Amino acid sequence: MRNTSFMSRSILTAAACLFSLGVHAQEPIKVGVLHSLSGTMAISETTLKDTVLMMVEEQNSKGGVLGRPLEAVVVDPASDWPLFAERTRQLLSQDDVDVIFGAWTSVSRKAMLPVLEELNGLLFYPVQYEGEESSKNIFYTGAAPNQQAIPAVDYLMNDLGIERWVLAGTDYVYPRTTNRILEAYLKAQGVADEDIMINYTPFSHSDWQSIVSDISRFGSAGKATAVVSTINGDANVPFYRELGNQGISSLDIPVIAFSVGEEELSGIDARPLVGHMAAWNYFQSVDTDANTDFIARWHDFIGNTDRVTNDPMEATYIGFNMWVKAVEKAGTTDVDAVEQAMIGIETPNLTGGMAVMNKNHHLSKPVLIGEIQSDGQFQVVWETDGVVPGDAWSDYLEGSKDLISDWTDPIRCGNYNTVTGTCSGQSN
Amino acid sequence: MRIFLLLICCFVFSTAAAQQAPEIDQAEPVDDNAELSPLLLELTDANLRRMLSLVTEIEQAGGRMVLPLLTAMQDGALYYQADSRKLVERRESDGGRVTVSDVFSGVERNDVDPESLEQVRINNRLRAVLQATIARIRLLQGSDAERAQAAQIMLSNLDEENLVVLNEAIVNEQVPAVADMINVALAMNVLVTDAPQDERLAAVATLHGNLEGPVRNLLRSFMDELGRNEQDPEVRAAIESALASIERKVRFYELMEQAFYGLSLGSVLLLAAIGLAVTFGVMGVINMAHGEMLMLGAYTTYVVQLLMPEFINYSLWVAIPAAFMVSGLVGMFIQRFVIRYLNGRPLETLLATFGISLILQQAVRTIFSPLNRLVVSPDWMSGSWDINPVLSLTNNRLFILLFSIIVFVILLWILKKTSLGLQVRAVSQNRDMAKAMGIRTDWVDAMTFGLGSGIAGIAGVALSQLTNVGPNLGQDYIIDSFMVVVFGGVGNLWGTLVGAFSLGVANKFMEPATGAVLAKIITLVFIILFIQIRPKGLFPQKGRAAE
Repeated sequence: MRNTSFMSRSILTAAACLFSLGVHAQEPIKVGVLHSLSGTMAISETTLKDTVLMMVEEQNSKGGVLGRPLEAVVVDPASDWPLFAERTRQLLSQDDVDVIFGAWTSVSRKAMLPVLEELNGLLFYPVQYEGEESSKNIFYTGAAPNQQAIPAVDYLMNDLGIERWVLAGTDYVYPRTTNRILEAYLKAQGVADEDIMINYTPFSHSDWQSIVSDISRFGSAGKATAVVSTINGDANVPFYRELGNQGISSLDIPVIAFSVGEEELSGIDARPLVGHMAAWNYFQSVDTDANTDFIARWHDFIGNTDRVTNDPMEATYIGFNMWVKAVEKAGTTDVDAVEQAMIGIETPNLTGGMAVMNKNHHLSKPVLIGEIQSDGQFQVVWETDGVVPGDAWSDYLEGSKDLISDWTDPIRCGNYNTVTGTCSGQSN
Repeated sequence: MRIFLLLICCFVFSTAAAQQAPEIDQAEPVDDNAELSPLLLELTDANLRRMLSLVTEIEQAGGRMVLPLLTAMQDGALYYQADSRKLVERRESDGGRVTVSDVFSGVERNDVDPESLEQVRINNRLRAVLQATIARIRLLQGSDAERAQAAQIMLSNLDEENLVVLNEAIVNEQVPAVADMINVALAMNVLVTDAPQDERLAAVATLHGNLEGPVRNLLRSFMDELGRNEQDPEVRAAIESALASIERKVRFYELMEQAFYGLSLGSVLLLAAIGLAVTFGVMGVINMAHGEMLMLGAYTTYVVQLLMPEFINYSLWVAIPAAFMVSGLVGMFIQRFVIRYLNGRPLETLLATFGISLILQQAVRTIFSPLNRLVVSPDWMSGSWDINPVLSLTNNRLFILLFSIIVFVILLWILKKTSLGLQVRAVSQNRDMAKAMGIRTDWVDAMTFGLGSGIAGIAGVALSQLTNVGPNLGQDYIIDSFMVVVFGGVGNLWGTLVGAFSLGVANKFMEPATGAVLAKIITLVFIILFIQIRPKGLFPQKGRAAE
């Protein structure tokens, strides 16, 4: 119920902005928001819809873009992957939006991609993902594997001296691809086959006893062991609880997770998780002026000071700011012009420093590793020296290590093979 | 005028001093240590790298006195007052009650506002240092259990410092269990040094059959050509036999562990299915909303915990009857207003109850939010019962295993020994005849459905301790429940019991080889094939009642 009243409020504000600016008789720029507001993904995605609405409201109070007001068009794909494609088509051909902010899961992005390319739309995708994709029509503002998974493994290997690895994940495309990359990377680093254990579990798995006991046995071989977790969503709670019950602390076998952030930890008892880690490009606890300001604005907008901020929110924030800059640079909202203007755009990160949009439509961002605290926040224990450029095609996988993505002249290709010098077509 | 001011100043300072003096005298004697107090002050703003050395310095300066400080720090309970940078301990009880106390004396401090405190942050590396430091202190002065645990922690890190403490501790150690552990540590050390052959053989004898992980790893490294690769043939033979005895034991206990996991999964299946065994098995109603009865039970636990935050440890005992009532009443309501009118039309019942399950899910989403709710585990449900270093049984699983059997026995008793049970059986066997004998079949139907749903509610209380309490909880168990009841034989409680435990054990014995996903699929395929051969399940009902 709160959500609907909230939505109507934001629509009202948007409408109010429209009227106040309508005096100039400027046609508004339409911003599509395509996040699931119902179904299983609503938990995560609703927050991002609100973030976009907040950004739109703030931009309008600054006078809009190119002197024109922004108008948010919110649609609900209801966690239904084919519906993502339909809604994208609706946004592009009926509502005539100039840009879309949306999607969370990889499968929803894959559903949108052909429609975006057919109708020449523009999508900003704000979530960490498995890579192996680069489309002319998508900007990826979340982390690629080399901006999250690889640095995390480097940290465990070099700083904590981990020698044995458990790659545990939920059984779907993101964990499988990420673990494939990690396995190849670990082997390239000289880790033996028998020191890698890979385990997949179904969505919302709750009976972790034998898997945790396997992990504990695997970790008792006298070598420092860590779990690299791509376990998704609510399966994490029973997993960590079982670890705690079997007496495995973060000192014995630390777990580093790529899908556990502030939002996931809010509302659960974080005490059994203390000391376990997560790798992201942003943590709410990072103490910078920009971040403090952002959190305050978020609390103000959402009207609840208990709400947390997280990495995909920062990615949305960066993506939105970049788009605004690119439109102003291009002087138009035309997709091709904006797409070219985007490359090289810099906007400040919330954690300090500047995010840069690269030729491959991925960002250069810093990578942070945080330890979970009992209040559900993270304490940063390690960060990369500078920013890490996102890599669309992994350097560690057969078949993709020769591929690069470069959307500038003369290559203009999402999967350009540097060996054969050919563009093997639009991304797979 | 100036003198006047001076006088005031003097007065203010002297009263301030007078107020502080007793506090220092009584509460913080350790603070007086000239070496220690600057270190304590530094704790409040040192970076994490400095902290590592700071802990060692504090140990050296304060010796055993600093144990409470270090344990508070390890627990993340060490805070400091933002203005005075004085250290205090801040702990939170399960009910959310916050107490602030003095670190060293443990005296409660009511004058400090818990909200104004800043936490002394620690990370994993610091936790490891703290663990080692605390173990060194505890080995010499802790309780029996603490000393044994300290010696065990030292097994994996036999450095100079630890060896000194171990050698010191063994001299005065009276308790055999602790002394044994220390001797194991010392024997491990003898083995890695260039001791004479007889000493090393004696050390191997001490380690014979020991299940501690570090012992096993050390012995293995002697047999490894790339490792220590023992050259002395006599010692090598001794190590080989010691290792063999260890591996034998380990294999045995691992098998026990797997059996326990299987029984535990079986107990969850039993709990989920036992209510269904009544509504579907005895009454023959295909109740797709059965999973939501489990969910309601779990949510009842959540509400009960909200209502009694101070007594989390007792909340489950209140939740069990409450969940029985809530789910039971909802079940009776469904029976009276929906199922009753669909008697004898299984397809329509299936669709109607499926609709009810969606309505209940959405109702829970609207009332409680779509997010999972946090149900706290009471202390006695957390942790594990460590039988030996290889075999430990988690308490929550153990309790739930016992609980499921108790529930089963009670249900069996109700059906076999009470008049309600007699009537239920009569109605399910021959409705018309029962009616003719004067049994109010309508009332019996409602009661039976209520009983089955109520039992499902109780199962929900148990499930709230294992899995996420959310609107989808029921859906995760509905398939399993039907699977168990059909496999065990419809209408037979014993069949449900045997079915649940055999499926659980089979699943867990397959899982290491096949993985969780495949194990589940194989189980399902097996049941489908099994039903082809024996359509009535493991224990089919016999006689005319079965027709």
